[in-house]
Amino acid sequence: MKTCLVVDDSKVIRKVARHILETLDFEVREACDGREALDSCLAAAPDVILLDWNMPVMSGMDFLLALKESEVASKPKVVFCTTESGMAYIRAAIEAGADEYVMKPFDRDTLESKLQIVGMA
Amino acid sequence: MTVTVAIPAVSTRAMTVLSALLEARTGQQLASYRSWRLDMALKPLLREREIDTLDQLVALLLDGRDATIGDRIVEALVNGESSFFRDQPVFGLIGKALVARAEASGQHGQRLRIWCAGCATGQEPLSLAMLFADLAESSGIAMPEIVATDVSEGALARARSGRYTQFEIQRGLPIRTAMRWFNGDRGDWVAKPELVRMIQFRRQNLVSEAPPPGRFDAVLCRNVLLYLAPAIKARVFLSVADALAPGGVLVLGAGETVIGQTGLFEPSRAYRGLYQRVAAGMTRNAA
Repeated sequence: MKTCLVVDDSKVIRKVARHILETLDFEVREACDGREALDSCLAAAPDVILLDWNMPVMSGMDFLLALKESEVASKPKVVFCTTESGMAYIRAAIEAGADEYVMKPFDRDTLESKLQIVGMA
Repeated sequence: MTVTVAIPAVSTRAMTVLSALLEARTGQQLASYRSWRLDMALKPLLREREIDTLDQLVALLLDGRDATIGDRIVEALVNGESSFFRDQPVFGLIGKALVARAEASGQHGQRLRIWCAGCATGQEPLSLAMLFADLAESSGIAMPEIVATDVSEGALARARSGRYTQFEIQRGLPIRTAMRWFNGDRGDWVAKPELVRMIQFRRQNLVSEAPPPGRFDAVLCRNVLLYLAPAIKARVFLSVADALAPGGVLVLGAGETVIGQTGLFEPSRAYRGLYQRVAAGMTRNAA
């Protein structure tokens, strides 16, 4: 079973994402900001991370850059999942190393297709 | 706990008339268990004409004074569900099959031809155009000619515009591909003109009109045949078989097959999931 770390400061989004991911046979872990997510990855790297952009303590972008520099053994796939839909944001995320990008709101089909694209579903 | 969803009742008369109209125009059948779809699909038209029920809509249709109402009903009822790179693995197969075909012909520069029959709002032909633009770069084959047809003028207008919502663009389209071929515009994503220009969009009724002229190296007819009555389906298989060049491939939807449906095609031995014409004189029994 593959593991997905859902990183979002919104409890509702985490709950929705968890529900969808569990129907796709993922084991789901949660973090509510980038700092918590980094600790979680250092403890045990997930297969894929669903990553919000705007969060307190550490943003999604700061987390992504920190993850690249970190000692996390096997680098997980990173799918940004954010309300930011401008081309400049998307380009910045891809250049920073994100594998895919989901614009909120999303549904099951969208999430499943993005996970398929990164080879996780 | 059982949750009961209230589905508005559709009268037998409305169901009969509207189903008959759809079948007569497109060959598509509307099963009685899908009567809820009538109400859902036609609600915007009811609002536009300021009427409340499907029976009133049927009365308007039978009255004959509104020349456009039949077309509008059919437009609303045709199933236009589509997404980019739908059933993604099949696109890899189509690419492999056509690159191999171009290489086997020994004429890399020769343009192959693809027909998307029932292209709805254009995601399928655009996916093919994006795929083959990449393959043309990597394998050196010429960009194929892509002809996309649909019975719905409304769907074709959307396809030609290349404009998709955020929801539509996210389904199946990798973000890097979206960024390469689309521009953002007021919350929507619009295909770049050079991408749309790779496709010839034409109106065609698959059931009653001849295929586009010439022979095709691949015909995609995905998730169209499952709505057709057996006799009409047989006619479409014949029409597609005539349109396919020798050695060309037929591509059906993920839940569709030729087995038990037609004796004109058989599963491709080289490309599992694609179909090819049965050799002349070898036509199998459908059953």
